[in-house]
Amino acid sequence: MKACGYYPGCSLAGGGVELDLSIREVSKAAGVDLREIEDWNCCGATAAHCLNHDLAVALPYRVLSLAEEQGLAEVLAPCAACFSRLKGTNLRLARSAELAGRVRAVVGRPYGGGVKIVNVNEFCGRLAAGGLKDKLSKPLGLKVAGYYGCLLSRGEGIVEGEDPENPSAMDAVIRAAGCEPVSWNFSTECCGGGFSMSKTEAVVELSAAVLADARAAGADLVVTGCPMCHSNLDMRQRSMGSEGRGMPVLYLSELLGLACGLKPEALGLNRHFTDAGPIASPLSVRGERRPSECGASRNTSTPGGR
Amino acid sequence: MRRFPKYVNAGRALMARIGVFICHCGENIGRTVDCPAAAAEAAKLPGVVLSLDYKYMCSDPGQQMINKAIAEKLLTGAVVAACSPRMHERTFRSAAAQAGLNPYLLEMANVREHCSWVHSERAAATAKANDLIRVMVEKVRRNKALFPIRVPVEPTALVVGGGIAGIQAALDIAAGGGKVVLVERSPSIGGHMARLSETFPTLDCSQCILTPRMVEAASHPDIRLMTYSEVEAVEGFVGSFEVTVRRKARYVDPEKCTGCGDCFNKCPLKKIPSEFDAGLGSRRAIYVPFPQAVPNKPVIDAANCTMLTKGKCGLCAKVCARGAIDYKDQDRLEKVKAGAVVLAAGFELWDHSAYGEYGGGRLKDVIDGFAFERLASASGPTGGEIRRPSDGSEPKTVVFIQCCGSRDDKKGKGYCSKICCMYTAKHAMLYRHKVHDGRAVVFYMDVRAAGKGYEEFVRRAIEADGAEYVRGRVSRVYRRRDGKLVVKGADTLVGRPMTVEADLVVLADAMVPRRGAEKLAQLFGVGCDTDGFYSEAHPKLRPVETAAAGVFLAGACQAPKDIPDSVAQASAAAAKALGLFAKPELEREPVIARVNKNLCVHCRACINACPYGAAKDFEIKDRAGKLLRVVAEVNEGLCQGCGTCAAVCRSNSVDLDGFSDEQVCAQIAALE
Repeated sequence: MKACGYYPGCSLAGGGVELDLSIREVSKAAGVDLREIEDWNCCGATAAHCLNHDLAVALPYRVLSLAEEQGLAEVLAPCAACFSRLKGTNLRLARSAELAGRVRAVVGRPYGGGVKIVNVNEFCGRLAAGGLKDKLSKPLGLKVAGYYGCLLSRGEGIVEGEDPENPSAMDAVIRAAGCEPVSWNFSTECCGGGFSMSKTEAVVELSAAVLADARAAGADLVVTGCPMCHSNLDMRQRSMGSEGRGMPVLYLSELLGLACGLKPEALGLNRHFTDAGPIASPLSVRGERRPSECGASRNTSTPGGR
Repeated sequence: MRRFPKYVNAGRALMARIGVFICHCGENIGRTVDCPAAAAEAAKLPGVVLSLDYKYMCSDPGQQMINKAIAEKLLTGAVVAACSPRMHERTFRSAAAQAGLNPYLLEMANVREHCSWVHSERAAATAKANDLIRVMVEKVRRNKALFPIRVPVEPTALVVGGGIAGIQAALDIAAGGGKVVLVERSPSIGGHMARLSETFPTLDCSQCILTPRMVEAASHPDIRLMTYSEVEAVEGFVGSFEVTVRRKARYVDPEKCTGCGDCFNKCPLKKIPSEFDAGLGSRRAIYVPFPQAVPNKPVIDAANCTMLTKGKCGLCAKVCARGAIDYKDQDRLEKVKAGAVVLAAGFELWDHSAYGEYGGGRLKDVIDGFAFERLASASGPTGGEIRRPSDGSEPKTVVFIQCCGSRDDKKGKGYCSKICCMYTAKHAMLYRHKVHDGRAVVFYMDVRAAGKGYEEFVRRAIEADGAEYVRGRVSRVYRRRDGKLVVKGADTLVGRPMTVEADLVVLADAMVPRRGAEKLAQLFGVGCDTDGFYSEAHPKLRPVETAAAGVFLAGACQAPKDIPDSVAQASAAAAKALGLFAKPELEREPVIARVNKNLCVHCRACINACPYGAAKDFEIKDRAGKLLRVVAEVNEGLCQGCGTCAAVCRSNSVDLDGFSDEQVCAQIAALE
């Protein structure tokens, strides 16, 4: 893989900026040229399909059409929601010629259906097995709970090659980073998702249960590929009881970057609410200061660039 | 088909006088095809002397119309334009025969399945019906009278499968005077029923009602048991099947063995998971599956025995006082003659590892129904005490999840497995009888307890034995660090999610056909449905017959069934087999291939192509016995009338009776 289309979506410019930073860093290290789609627009996220199903297809359609026009056969959509919307649109268009015709008329652009959408788990998996193979110089030696949530485990025909109840795409990446994937129960439980603002207490409860199970399984940290999950798990820890607090939550791409010896700041690790510093520090990796032991003192962290 | 004393006309001596009878099939045909118009059109065809339409041609008045027409109009042939010949060809041909017309001079034009059911536009459908009728008239004009072929019947039934269905069928056939060969794959007969603890809805002990039957089958003079054997090949046809059975190497001579048990008590390999105990108990490398096995003679499991794999040990041969152990034993093939076959191949449980949300088969304390049966059985690995597999402790809360793989066409099977509601109620009941302070929670979709005493049984589990029934699905089962299984589900009657902390979870896995069942079906020419269950000839009216003549079905190989249903069907299959044996000879359809020996150049294409081995070499000799020529010939008894030989014949010397080249070409020409 030399070049890959890139669709950052809105969250990578905002709450999920660490995902953007780390993806760009690891791609650079792997020699992959990320080519951002020019003039991209919103994927519609959860809002569009709640209002109008055609709109929910038309918005990603325009993005896909632009990508095709710009000669991008493959596009990485790191945000799990963007991935789901874009790939889901490909699927819907392929299933219904009538819908494809209607949306084409609305958007006023052609799209042949030839753009393949890749999610962050697949992308990191490929880098770990490909361009980064010889660069994973810093085995981290941590126990890692791979958290998939809903959008990276579910959707028939969208997330492919996975058991939706027991996904495993992250395992190979975690191992490539010199870590051990833990076997735990909550890898696909809901974090609370978009209720973050409207029903915060429900999100706190659900996310705390996820973190508590990861801790009970002996995990030093949780990795995820979804900016929504990340913000719920990372940002809401201060409202949780002790069962949820102090668990570092990283993006899968950050873990991969650390294992390549990239600078933690460059990957965005200083921007997390829950301090991921101890993991990033080379000293801790050798086992003197395991992150789970210093879990209670996380409120000293600075809320990064937000 | 019955014998016909005399026929008005046996060939084509007369000018063609054909009658056409068009059926409305209520509205099934009449709604789409203009039957009176079709009748008027058919009347114009050459050779047609009469053309009628009627609401129900298969009814008594309809058949009378045909009878009367044959007698009064001296018909030489008839075409009934109605449903598929698979449905009523037999009916109409019998009617024709009664009126004195050779039945093979009557043909059906399928204007229902091939026309009215698949078209909606009336004019076009009527035009197509006209075509179909015209084609058949052309064929009938060239039909010849055919006479049934008579074959002797071997009054022996081959019963495949030694579970309760197979045992019942064997006993009933033997009681009716037939002989039986009972072939069973495993070392003992008894099947799944031998593994059960108690049976619903009366809670009588499964072993107590089954084992006497097993002994009866084994000791009956007219039943021959072939255990540890599998059907390898099938030749022949109804009345005289010749079946090759593979007798797997037992490494123990059953004639010498007394069943004393010294061998398996001394066998040093103690930790092989017992199939009979659903992997909860263990067995040796030389073993009988369970103490009440019939025959009570051990076999050696060649995959695990170190003497057979590495040539080391030999302990069982040393301790056997009778010298019954033979490490050099080999599989043998044995041929069995049978007039009828009963397939009772049984079922197995669906593998629930496809359900990741229930642990995907990775959680030790999430077990299937058979494992629970073995835990609850007095002869089971725990002596009838309910113990959980992971640590042997007594579970204080057991969750039963119904419809695991049933009624789920995404991950499992679309059908209802029928027996799970009942055995889950039984499990909950047995558990509460054994663990008085325990909680039994049952998650269900609907309780389907249709059967004599069934609903009462479920009420008893709920009301008298305190099983907690929760209507809803379980979304997830996971193991907490402390070993508890957390069961998250929904109580849809209250409309709330609920969580149960359980010690043991029992999944009511769907019933699926036995592995290898499809291969067995293919050997006998029996069809399977999309789920792999054996197809009956008609779902309502011929539930034990199959599309293969002389092959009958019994038990859960056809569809999920409980013990009473399996036994009832087995008896029905036995009655069908005995019906075949009631006459010394059998009449077969005379549609067979014939070789024109004057034309045959003996290229052997037909001999190589015939799937039934019916085409053979035939030597033409002069009176002095001198060989003149070799040609091909078709054995009437073996030919199934498939027509493969006629299709491959290069010299055009093979014709199929009733489907001759002349007839088929005339039919095609009639369409132009």
